[in-house]
Amino acid sequence: MATTAEGYQAHSEDHAHGAHDHADHKPGFFARWFMSTNHKDIGTMYLIFSIIAGVVGGAISGIMRAELAAEGIQYLGFWVDLLGGEASVNANLHMWNVFITAHGLIMVFFMVMPAMIGGFGNWFVPLMIGAPDMAFPRMNNISFWLTVAGFFSLLFSMFVPGGTGMGAGTGWTVYAPLSTDVGSPGPAVDFAIFSLHLAGAGSILGATNFITTIFNMRAPGMTLHKMPLFVWSVLVTAFLLLLALPVLAAAITMLLTDRNFGTTFFNASGGGDPILYQHLFWFFGHPEVYIMILPGFGMISQIVATFSRKPVFGYLGMAYAMVAIGVVGFVVWAHHMYTVGLDVNTKMYFTAATMVIAVPTGVKIFSWIATMWGGSLQFKSPMVWALGFIFLFTVGGVTGVVLANGGIDDNLHDTYYVVAHFHYVLSMGAVFSMFAGWYYWFPKISGRWHSEFLAHVHFWVFFIGVNIVFFPMHFLGMQGMPRRYPDFAAAYAQWNHVASLGYIIVAASVVIFFVNIIYAFVAGRRAEANYWGEGATTLEWTLSSPPPYHQFETLPVIEDHHDYHNHMPVSDKPATA
Amino acid sequence: MMDPNVRTGLFAALLAAAMLGLGYAAVPLYDMFCRVTGFGGTTQRASEADADMAARLAASAGARTISIRFDGSVARDIPWRFRPERSTETVQIGERDMAFYVAENESSIPITGTASFNVEPEYTGKYFNKIQCFCFTEQTLQPGETVRMPVLFYVDPAILEDENAKDVEQITLSYTFHRTDDASEESAGS
Repeated sequence: MATTAEGYQAHSEDHAHGAHDHADHKPGFFARWFMSTNHKDIGTMYLIFSIIAGVVGGAISGIMRAELAAEGIQYLGFWVDLLGGEASVNANLHMWNVFITAHGLIMVFFMVMPAMIGGFGNWFVPLMIGAPDMAFPRMNNISFWLTVAGFFSLLFSMFVPGGTGMGAGTGWTVYAPLSTDVGSPGPAVDFAIFSLHLAGAGSILGATNFITTIFNMRAPGMTLHKMPLFVWSVLVTAFLLLLALPVLAAAITMLLTDRNFGTTFFNASGGGDPILYQHLFWFFGHPEVYIMILPGFGMISQIVATFSRKPVFGYLGMAYAMVAIGVVGFVVWAHHMYTVGLDVNTKMYFTAATMVIAVPTGVKIFSWIATMWGGSLQFKSPMVWALGFIFLFTVGGVTGVVLANGGIDDNLHDTYYVVAHFHYVLSMGAVFSMFAGWYYWFPKISGRWHSEFLAHVHFWVFFIGVNIVFFPMHFLGMQGMPRRYPDFAAAYAQWNHVASLGYIIVAASVVIFFVNIIYAFVAGRRAEANYWGEGATTLEWTLSSPPPYHQFETLPVIEDHHDYHNHMPVSDKPATA
Repeated sequence: MMDPNVRTGLFAALLAAAMLGLGYAAVPLYDMFCRVTGFGGTTQRASEADADMAARLAASAGARTISIRFDGSVARDIPWRFRPERSTETVQIGERDMAFYVAENESSIPITGTASFNVEPEYTGKYFNKIQCFCFTEQTLQPGETVRMPVLFYVDPAILEDENAKDVEQITLSYTFHRTDDASEESAGS
């Protein structure tokens, strides 16, 4: 029945650490941040990195929205000049392709993944399972710096020739033959591929680390079925990473050798097939979209339960729904390529399999609602973001079911309807869950309170902004506006203009976000250990805010007679009752 | 006894390595899948014995005729003219037929090429059998040389039992010639 705090005392007496007690002995600045092996420090660096990458990726979408605010080509020539090229019609259009490529890759690989898995995963998986750190702390460090190196390789690719102009203009999918030496000569695409190699290697190492940590380092008594759902979500995500990313690595390595060493994996003249690239890419790419959203599911489960002051409804169903989404996610990939000439039977299979995913996803949505049902709801900022997530993710899910139909997709493929769909599930689903997690855990991470008022203002401005940006895209897509073009017919002008105005609102909300962070560090109150009160039942709330540099040196023991939604040792259960 | 963390970590790394291998294995597997199922209009290869069997089968069943359309094109990098001798032929299902394509090297150097191929509609690929074809090997044409290239084929009578394919009245057989020798020699030679 030892509490965590008692554990610390006992520990520091046992070990001869000299005169000073165990407390927070931190290494110097360089060693702490550049050679870091501490999961909390690495998590913090991941969060900062993903905020920076998010600002870069978001700024690029600002250029895109400005260009699309009206017909014609207005601003692309300026950027061609700026990046050292010569503005011409083709160079301008290539610049557009470079922007959409960079926006997609940055948001997927350098914003969402580092924030969800690297940031919140690193911070809270060890805390929630009662582990002192990750299983392989040094590998954790390598994962982070590989991701950073990948980001720089991608940025660098914008400044070297990529065929029609500077930079890799292939789209985030890097489809052959556009991405081969025929479609994109010059080193830019090679650097983009290298960037994916680096980020992919970092993620695979990270996934290995999470799997080992979760399987081997849970506190005594914390069985798999007692783990918080966020830990479950990271476990499933880690397996998806481990199984999907190597396939991407294989595909882009084949592309690299096709480009540079004369192989013909994707070249028909040598017996290859460009469609094979699409199969390999989407065998990775579809699990990838679940990689981006599953940790968000996990965070939403924690948050909804906390602010309903109830255990999450259907814990086992929630956990295994994520497992089911992960498994089925591997057998639906060709719904991204309905228009390559698949026969009707193949399309029927992929349509049916894709729709099956709506079942476990529905289990999750309804379980969140059931968790709130009859709960003692508190609309603190994380809860508001979580509610926004549930609503907007469901909207994106509904358009997903529409697009899953092979017949309908023939019509909507590569239109703005698709753009609207995946931004509803990612730019709103994933991002709303990240902000929910941010406001849930920011005082725990920093030890300082953000302003709840600003967090609510941030929510409403962001909510209105993203909906104005993306909802009109449904209309544009259904009217046939194709994606990936910097210009459009006059008929599409009105809604495009509205969407671009929405971007300004979103940009304003990001300013509020930063103001709130500054407020927290300048004037924020100090946060106590369990600042959300009795609804917060996971192990991180037994620790101070911020947690000690080294935690759980004596492991907390999760007693058997616990109801299995409460993950705390008995004596640490919140006193308020 | 190995550290359990190292063991789990190695197991996970092994899984990732296996998926990398599987990614590469997809190349021959995809090829095999297309050959076996006729996916994407991949035609089948048959022996003379298979052809005899099919012919007997078709004769006993009194199979109908089917129209075959021939299509020939060249990739951008190969300076050949390439076309079918006749654009369509009507053949008895199950009977073998020989069709000819004509290729002419319009450049001043010898050029080697190879033809990629498929049929439309794609789901007839598994019934379209080639016994001999110029597309099975590389073809080298001397400067200015013109060659008649044969393809010996038959349509499998099993097509008449396939719900999706039995009503097909015309199959298009398509070839595209690609250059297989190094294109840069041309500029060096001229």
